[in-house]
Amino acid sequence: MTLSAPAVAALWKREIIKFARDRSRLIGALAQPLGFWLLLGLGFQRTFQMPVATATEVGYMEFLFPGIIALILLFTAIFSTISTVEERKSGFLQAALVAPTPRTALVLGNTLGGTTLAVVQAALFLLLLPLIGLPFHLVGLLLVLLTSLLTGLAFTALGVLIAWRMETTRGFHAIMNLVLLPMWFLSGSFFPAEGAAPLLRWVMYLNPVTYAVSALRQALYWPAAAPVAAAPLWVCLLVSAAFAVVMLALAVATVRRPLFGAR
Amino acid sequence: MAVPAVDIRDLTHRYGAHEALHAVTLTVAPGHLYGLLGPNGGGKTTLFRILSTLLRPTGGVARVFGLDTVAEPDRVRRRLGVVFQQPALDDELTVTENLRFHGALYGLSGTRLRERIETLLTLFGLADRRRDRIKTLSGGLQRRVDLIRSLLHQPDLLLLDEPTTGLDPVARRAFWQLLHRIRRQEGTTMLLATHLLDEADPCDAVGIIDRGRLVAQGAPEALKAALGGETLWIETSDPADLRDRLHAQFGLEARIIGSALQLASPDAPALLSRIYEAFGDRIDRAMIRKPTLEDVFMTHTGHRLDPAPADAMLEG
Repeated sequence: MTLSAPAVAALWKREIIKFARDRSRLIGALAQPLGFWLLLGLGFQRTFQMPVATATEVGYMEFLFPGIIALILLFTAIFSTISTVEERKSGFLQAALVAPTPRTALVLGNTLGGTTLAVVQAALFLLLLPLIGLPFHLVGLLLVLLTSLLTGLAFTALGVLIAWRMETTRGFHAIMNLVLLPMWFLSGSFFPAEGAAPLLRWVMYLNPVTYAVSALRQALYWPAAAPVAAAPLWVCLLVSAAFAVVMLALAVATVRRPLFGAR
Repeated sequence: MAVPAVDIRDLTHRYGAHEALHAVTLTVAPGHLYGLLGPNGGGKTTLFRILSTLLRPTGGVARVFGLDTVAEPDRVRRRLGVVFQQPALDDELTVTENLRFHGALYGLSGTRLRERIETLLTLFGLADRRRDRIKTLSGGLQRRVDLIRSLLHQPDLLLLDEPTTGLDPVARRAFWQLLHRIRRQEGTTMLLATHLLDEADPCDAVGIIDRGRLVAQGAPEALKAALGGETLWIETSDPADLRDRLHAQFGLEARIIGSALQLASPDAPALLSRIYEAFGDRIDRAMIRKPTLEDVFMTHTGHRLDPAPADAMLEG
């Protein structure tokens, strides 16, 4: 295990340096969700209506806010792993794989790097919290960061899992659009599960992202109650943690398979 | 006898129906430079993937300093350095950042890693480029940084998979000078995969690999000497016809290679004048020279080492 700590740290550091040096990624990762929030938020402002009566009126910008944090987490986390597709074919990844570093450390270093990027981006977006009239509350913010951490880990691990099996970055994008966008649309970010058709509602309750969004929403209103909640906060956190563990385990299992295995 | 650096027995590998390696057996003595000479797609890369623990062979055993690559991959990896066909460096990171990253993968850190990087950068004439990003370096310099990457943990065995691909002759020569310096200073055993004759020639031993089979191996001089003193090459428009005539008239055994006939003989000039007298009108061109590794390759495989572009495309 003496090998693992410097290796994990080195992998983590590499992700951070690369991100910081790539200005387009830096801007894109924040500008896109911000644009999404403004467009959707301002567009649906007059049409949106909560399915249940709430004490105070909830505007669409406010309702969408935790969903945008989730969007930032999902996309930053997953797309931090896209370089793996190219690196697998170039010598870079092979060089890492012929080193005696355990596969678990490789996955951990990569996912921690991507997760850090995702959490930092989400934290930057939190600076806009006063715009929707929600207060900063220390415990609430810590809960937001915890949820962000779990979600970031789960989705970087999912990214590693998919990138490892993909031959081209185009394929990676295709799979992501097929998996990531529906997961986000059906997470209660966009519209609350409570107002959806029963079948759709069940699909949403089966989607792990629903619990991440709900945990974020409840944490943002802490200590007050959120206008809607898919499940109690502890259930949401537990589901998010379990999802992260499962994804990490699957990623490790994938990376452990021989690089040039049976095809 | 000392444990061989590489000990491969009956190594076979199949990708689906395609047999990439067939019953390859070879050993590399510690401290030797062993050249695996063969065309692209001949099985060299598959052999290297097995040795570097990235691929499990379908059959047979590969050992590195007595350690089985399948049973003890971790211990094999510690003793192994690998230079791939493309530099395994991150373009966006600087020279030092790359080297520190790869050092960490071998559990190196702190002063020990810093000093090792320093030593190698100085030895390779890269000390003043350490802060430059990889993408700003020439291909030759990138190769040098990549070689340092493979040497950080002082491997006992260095695998070099076509390490000079894409380099111009000057950069290639400079790269080889560094390899020889490392051999002298650190006694590293090197296994080289190449399709270049001038890279195989200075090796201590050469294995000829073609279509997944090791067809000959030995010291380059011994392999060449086995073909006889000199080789006579005759180019003609109808090689099969001339071969038959040579056999009928002189009892000679000539090989057809492309549009040429090859004959090994202790006294090639005398042989040529006899043949020329009889069949001068059929000979377009004739040449006498000492056997080269290319001749060795052709004698054992029946075809040229560098296939024509069309063939190369067919073989993929």
